[in-house]
Amino acid sequence: MDWQTLAVIWFLIEGALLIGYAILDGFDLGVGILHPFVPVDDRERRIAINSIGPLWDGNEVWLVTFGGALFAAFPEAYATAFSGFYTAFMLLLAALIFRAVSMEFRSKVESDRWRRFWDMSFFGGSATAAFLFGVAVGNAMLGMSLDAAGNFTGTLRDQLSPYPLLVGLMTVALFAMHGGLFLYLKTEGDFQERLRDWLWRSWGVFLVAYMLTTIYTLALVPRATANFERWPVAAIVVVVNVLAVANIPRSLHWGRPGLAFSSSCAVIATLVMLFGLALFPNLVTASNDAANSVTIFSAASSPKTLGIMLVIALVGMPFVLAYTGIVYWAFRGKVRLDDHSY
Amino acid sequence: MDVVLLSRLQFAFTIGFHYIFPLLTIGMGVVMVYLEAQHLRTGDPLFETAARFWTRIFALNFAIGVATGIVMEFQFGTNWATYSRFVGDVFGSALAAEGIFAFFLESGFLALLVFGWDRISPRMHLFATVMVSLGSIFSSIWIVVANSWQQTPAGHHIVPVLRDGQPFIIDGVPVLRAEIVDFWALVFNPSTVHRLVHVWIGAFILGSFFVMSISAWYLLKGRHVEFAKKSFSGALLFATIASLSSLVSGHFQAKSVYHWQPAKLAAFEGHYESGPADMNLFGLPDDATEIVRFKIGIPGGLSFLVHEDFNAPVVGLDRFRVEDRPPVLISFASYHIMIGLGTVFICLTLLASFLLWRGKLYKTRWLLWVFVFAVAGALMANELGWVAAEVGRQPWIVHPPFGWTDAGDVLTGPSGFVEYDETLGLRTKDAVSPAIDASQVLGSLIGFGVIYLSLLAVWLYVLDQKIRHGPDPVGPGAGGDDGLLAAAARRADHSESLTGSQGLS
Repeated sequence: MDWQTLAVIWFLIEGALLIGYAILDGFDLGVGILHPFVPVDDRERRIAINSIGPLWDGNEVWLVTFGGALFAAFPEAYATAFSGFYTAFMLLLAALIFRAVSMEFRSKVESDRWRRFWDMSFFGGSATAAFLFGVAVGNAMLGMSLDAAGNFTGTLRDQLSPYPLLVGLMTVALFAMHGGLFLYLKTEGDFQERLRDWLWRSWGVFLVAYMLTTIYTLALVPRATANFERWPVAAIVVVVNVLAVANIPRSLHWGRPGLAFSSSCAVIATLVMLFGLALFPNLVTASNDAANSVTIFSAASSPKTLGIMLVIALVGMPFVLAYTGIVYWAFRGKVRLDDHSY
Repeated sequence: MDVVLLSRLQFAFTIGFHYIFPLLTIGMGVVMVYLEAQHLRTGDPLFETAARFWTRIFALNFAIGVATGIVMEFQFGTNWATYSRFVGDVFGSALAAEGIFAFFLESGFLALLVFGWDRISPRMHLFATVMVSLGSIFSSIWIVVANSWQQTPAGHHIVPVLRDGQPFIIDGVPVLRAEIVDFWALVFNPSTVHRLVHVWIGAFILGSFFVMSISAWYLLKGRHVEFAKKSFSGALLFATIASLSSLVSGHFQAKSVYHWQPAKLAAFEGHYESGPADMNLFGLPDDATEIVRFKIGIPGGLSFLVHEDFNAPVVGLDRFRVEDRPPVLISFASYHIMIGLGTVFICLTLLASFLLWRGKLYKTRWLLWVFVFAVAGALMANELGWVAAEVGRQPWIVHPPFGWTDAGDVLTGPSGFVEYDETLGLRTKDAVSPAIDASQVLGSLIGFGVIYLSLLAVWLYVLDQKIRHGPDPVGPGAGGDDGLLAAAARRADHSESLTGSQGLS
């Protein structure tokens, strides 16, 4: 296989890892975002946390693997993006740390103040992480100023323009809705009933942010649609995306929450694909000078390494899917609290 | 302060904190596999009580390990972009393999291990425990491979980066990077196996001292005595074997370090002048006068360690330019304190094993008190070992090659010093991200400092609560002498809850 094909394959694998991460961690971040709003007492809060208790850790591994694979397959892009978004990444790390330990610490001590603190930290960490992911995507869409060596030359303020902030808000609403749908499948009774209202609310907020983002993107980010001229068939992604967004309220209305959750998975997957289509063949776009952009070809590792990594991925992924399947199967159905729950 | 120093401090601080948790995971994982296997074999519910108790503490440690581990993986890109560009082709592969082969395995089965007690059969649960334990060991393999490659690079070549088929030139200098030539040579680079074995031994020592610390405290307080005895004696066995093995592994590692990184071993021993070398037990190296002050040592000891000959010459720091030497004081101190602690562990575990054999261990209260606190020493020894390994590698982040003469001296240039080809390695000071400035790193360093120190406090607090709470007896009548009945009752419980879970789904 030639080097360029390998680079494209790795771009697609990175996309698949990102889709996996966004769908899986998306719902557990969403459960965190809804945490202060939906559950009303300690038992319900524990149910909410335990709905993702056995799952969040495995979900986060998708992000870790995405990062590791980016480092190995596209070291230039990894170095440029991570050092360029330094402050945002540090905040993201802090958010992910708080989120993880909140779940672990919260129920260990029988004290209202203790639990309230970790509840807020769980919410804050989840919402901040979702927001920052959106901000990162927004900035990647716009591009950033890079020198010839691929180093970011702008400032933090450049990364806080309205468009990334809007994408950040959309991501928070999207994950809240996605997490709400997941929680709906895992709960019953009064809790589930109250959740319904929040599903509608989060869908509404998402819809507004989604439409604003679409308008903004079409108007101001020309490269977002450039690839559709090359591959008109890519329009299918747009169609599926729109249908999936519309199918969520429809499924909810007809009392089919499972279908609504699948639709929200499809929304996330197609949004990541649109993001990939907007970037390709760039990984980090230079907004100041197109020649400085980090593309999959300028950033890729040697063909030998890409080939080795492909073997590693082909050997490893069936196992990964098997573990994921086993865990989701073992913890299927409604949440039950027992001695071992959080 | 500059970006390099701050980034190094941040990396050292975050890895030092993170390092505690995977080691505990690896060490305790083996203990838990042992307890669960014993439970399945003997049916004694006490083993299950013990396994369940340690699982809760294990889960707590694991969560902090995961949370602080993500930081490590991102930090190469955020703070060390030049390094990432130089080594991504090689080093990144090991990290990606770690994610795919180790982290998914660990995190998937961890869910079953922690939350699955009443959902899956005891056999399946043991399987999950074995998988988590294996996952943590796989993870250590890949990360030690990656780090060992920095120490003793192999299986790669350094080539110009190409853009559209042409060498990529910035400021008139072609950009170089490392690319894989032979993947297995990279994985089994000269120091991988020695270092991996030593890391595992360190983890087993820490894990078993951790279990012994808590068990000893219960024994002293007269609580959960049977549980504590089982945990303590199991862990003591591991600790004794591991402490003795560390001596052997350390010996082989020192020889390997001399062959591949002579400046590092010279810094460990404060060996400034080439020639016969002593093994110091104590001392204070002084760079200005190039002597070790207040030294107490075995004359010719280092010569013997390296060459099995008390008079054989050993390459000293004088073969290296000052800017090519590791910081001697930190290397010397961390290495020696680690060895001192290792010796203490051997004495302690042998003494405890002897007393256990004589049936007197649990009456020897002073020794149990020592074990309550010895875990701090085990933690320190592990941390200092890492410090010695990493500080001793300086000033290089990727060590460049050099040669040996047939006479057993390093190849030097006309100046009398080792002449490294700088393009084949990378200096730590040249490896940081050009895109970041000192204020950003200072900010994140302070942030990590505050967050990690609070985490440490909360971790210790929750740990203390769990230890005070103690293990919950398993099943009706568990902990009494009706082991068989209780075991039978447990089995009934399991089948009940299994039906329950099927009914709900």
